[in-house]
Amino acid sequence: MIDRVIDSRGLDSFDLRFMGLIAVILSVGVLSIYSVTHSQDTAFPFYLKQLVWILLGTIAFLVMYLSDYHKIARLAYPTYAVILIMLAVVLFMGKSSRGAQRWIPIGPFAFQPSEFAKLVLVLVLANYYSRASRVGWLHRVVLPGLIVLPGLLLILKQPDLGSGLSFLAVYAAMLLMVGVRSKALGIILLLSVMLFPFVWEVVWASLHDYQRERVMAFVDPDYDPGGKGYHALQSRIAIGSGELSGKGLYGGTQSQLKFLPEGHTDFVFAVYAEEWGFVGVLVLLALFIALIWVSLEIAARAKDTLGALLAAGIVAMLCFCVVVNIGMTAGMFPIVGIPLPLVSYGGSATIMTMASLGLLLNVKRRRLTLFY
Amino acid sequence: MATVGFNDSDLLDLQRRLVILRVGLLLVVGLLALRLWHLQIREGPYYRDLSENNRTRSVVLEPARGLIFDRNGVLLANNVPSFALYVTLEDVKDRQALVGQLASLLTLDPEVIQKKLSTGKGSKLQPRKVKDRLTLREATLIESHRLDLPGVMIQVESQRNYPAGDVAAHLLGYVGEVSADQLEKPDFADLHQGSIVGQYGVEKWFDRQVRGRAGQKSVEVDALGHEKRAIVSDKPLAGDDLYLTIDAKLQKVSEDLLGDESGAIVALDPTNGDILAMASRPGFDPNVLSKELTNKQWVEIVQNERRPLNNRATQGQYPPGSTFKVVMAAAALESNTVTPSTMVRCNGGYQFGNRLFHDWKQGGHGSVDMNEALIHSCDVYFYTVGQRMGIDTIAEYAKQFGLGQETGVELPSERVGIVPSTAWKQKARNQPWYPGETISAAIGQGYVTVTPLQMASVIGTVANDGLSIKPRLVQAVMNRTTGERAEFPPTVRGKVAVKPATLALIKSALADVVTKGTATRAKSPLVTIGGKTGTAQTAALRTGPEKDIPKKLRDHAWFVAFAPVEAPRIAVAVLAEHMGHGGSAAAPLAKDVIEAYVKAYPQVLQGAPANGRAKSPAVPVDARPKT
Repeated sequence: MIDRVIDSRGLDSFDLRFMGLIAVILSVGVLSIYSVTHSQDTAFPFYLKQLVWILLGTIAFLVMYLSDYHKIARLAYPTYAVILIMLAVVLFMGKSSRGAQRWIPIGPFAFQPSEFAKLVLVLVLANYYSRASRVGWLHRVVLPGLIVLPGLLLILKQPDLGSGLSFLAVYAAMLLMVGVRSKALGIILLLSVMLFPFVWEVVWASLHDYQRERVMAFVDPDYDPGGKGYHALQSRIAIGSGELSGKGLYGGTQSQLKFLPEGHTDFVFAVYAEEWGFVGVLVLLALFIALIWVSLEIAARAKDTLGALLAAGIVAMLCFCVVVNIGMTAGMFPIVGIPLPLVSYGGSATIMTMASLGLLLNVKRRRLTLFY
Repeated sequence: MATVGFNDSDLLDLQRRLVILRVGLLLVVGLLALRLWHLQIREGPYYRDLSENNRTRSVVLEPARGLIFDRNGVLLANNVPSFALYVTLEDVKDRQALVGQLASLLTLDPEVIQKKLSTGKGSKLQPRKVKDRLTLREATLIESHRLDLPGVMIQVESQRNYPAGDVAAHLLGYVGEVSADQLEKPDFADLHQGSIVGQYGVEKWFDRQVRGRAGQKSVEVDALGHEKRAIVSDKPLAGDDLYLTIDAKLQKVSEDLLGDESGAIVALDPTNGDILAMASRPGFDPNVLSKELTNKQWVEIVQNERRPLNNRATQGQYPPGSTFKVVMAAAALESNTVTPSTMVRCNGGYQFGNRLFHDWKQGGHGSVDMNEALIHSCDVYFYTVGQRMGIDTIAEYAKQFGLGQETGVELPSERVGIVPSTAWKQKARNQPWYPGETISAAIGQGYVTVTPLQMASVIGTVANDGLSIKPRLVQAVMNRTTGERAEFPPTVRGKVAVKPATLALIKSALADVVTKGTATRAKSPLVTIGGKTGTAQTAALRTGPEKDIPKKLRDHAWFVAFAPVEAPRIAVAVLAEHMGHGGSAAAPLAKDVIEAYVKAYPQVLQGAPANGRAKSPAVPVDARPKT
């Protein structure tokens, strides 16, 4: 079949641009991680570990790039089942950190199934929508919703608000892609509004204290700088004090002196903004826009629905993480614990993101075969 | 085909929707950029300040108080290093937990810590002193728990120390934290909560000189409030050193003479006003009072019946008894009430109206002139001349000698005593003066009260031939940075309007008091002494022999003296509370003080001044200005 034919021209300039962007953003991440943690006296510092994750991520990228995405999509349901089991396992025997149980320890490292669950969800939904025309809101909305639900509930149970929201975002993005008729959309909106108080009640009750405090702190971060709003305020101070040109590498007093917690993970953007200023911020935003733009190009030119949906889902996931992460560090959203793709330190997130981008390039690679 | 799900139009549709995603993305990223521009450019300077505040703490560097020396350069007050514990609230995450931790580590009352942390209007960034004088053990304990105690800082400071313990406690005073009331006053404007100021004695009177000026350092701290780097922007300036007029040895001798009894001894040089010793008993240890006392300790001291905090030399007001006859003699002769040869018959009593005023000697002294009346302290003689003079003449001369007013010594809360007069009684009691009251006043009883320092000044004025010099405690102040020593010249208060012949007569009579009068127990083989005894009644009705009377109702013993008689270089006033007769209880003490003085300064026997052995002690090496 035509679509099984692999493009024989090898890497073109488009691919190089795509991979170049990824490499530059990854470098920004390693540099920032190095800046925050270089003074820590450990045998195996974070930036070296991150390089290892990038190496593993590159392997994941290549695997996803070189396999046929139709074959990968066919494995979607079984993979989703495995992920669900892992999410359940995490609840019982996972490693806790700050009141949440998200990690499965593997030797000295910890594996975070919820990160991978996002990509698997993209595969599952893309697979689902590409198999039949899925007409009617039952097929378009409710059934896929039921697919999303177990994963979502397991993630929220950990609790991992950030991954949970990413999950919902992927679902919503897919719905938008396949198109929801205005009537169906209206019913969803109406139901959401009606159910909101009950859902809020349930969600609020299931939130851990620190999460409630974060939500409260978002409402008024200044009201207790030493306590609940501390994180958000310190992050804003870090970003704001960078001003136009930043304090220079290693010059970020907020992060270097540890006023800003989690400087190498979720709040790496604040570290970057403090040290490189608004100029650096614009550069990084431009890099992300370029990467997403190129990714959208792939989605737009996909030769089949599966490819298009996969690409769109991955882009949506990427966009959501970038926007929410920067938004929360800049104090626009509550702090929900979403890493900045390719920049934040973290094995699971780095490998998952690179695997997703590999899959994305895979979609582009196969569309070219149509023209031969 | 893989494209079973959607038809081509669906795919096209999907691709159209991607445009919406692009527009949406640009919009959202635009919003993010706008927000970041707002944070970094518009509010950038504000957040820059916040980040500076975050990492820098300004720490006050307490200055070392000036040292206090005696006239010979003997150290009376210095500073020793001590650990103080500060807390910066900004860095404290959980105040309640911290209070609990500190309470258990320092064995302090949690409420005290809580109060220290919550009082004061200072910023949360300003470290507050929670405890000083930490023991080495406590300081080590805190340092070893430092990671669990964010916002806690140990600072080495200098702590006031009085090496001689309770010697000269009343005149040195003590120090303590500036109070909230004091902080409101302009004198304390440059201080802050936790600053140490003098609260008593010369420490208080000269606080502005001794205090020094606080410095400041900026400390870069990490998120736990622990110091990473310090920049001293403003070095603290040590306070000025004080050189007192007292002789530490003579001071100790005087205090030991009083021992466990209550009383006061003042010795001064009548020619320049230098106070050589000023003892007040019972005393206290200023080292203890300069510490932070618990409420209980404080109440114990304040409510002590013997009032150890009272400086009896300047704040104790006693009837002068017969020592007042010195003033009476001058007044009677100068007002021409009597001549030196006027004789008064003493039968042991003086009848006034229907009341008989007794002489202290049953049977009386027979016929006496002024000289003999002083030597034997004849009460009837002075009843008679007092009655002839009237109270207002007596008051006029008493005031000339400095009674009823401050001596001006450099000590806070000096009392002035009472010099009664018709005007005084009208004003204070709203009553007319009764002539009978003059008779009591004539022998230093009734309304008349004086302080021991005033009496030392009176006898000093007589000894100095009527020239009254203001008593003083501080002869020089030395600036620690420049090494400049500012001498305080003696201040003449005035010359009493008494003829030299009158003063010569009084002095000669007072010399005879010691050789053959009421104070033979003050006779010394080393030096000629002149003096006057006094026995001040404290209760009107007394019967039976002295030893049967409860101690607190017994008379106060007075003795005022000067020596050497030919060229006086020391004037002494001794007051021993409830010790009975001046001649037996007070005179020997004055003799001992005078003998100790002439032994230490033999040159005074030749009429030479008793300069300190170290008039200008060398400037300490570390305090010399850098060139």
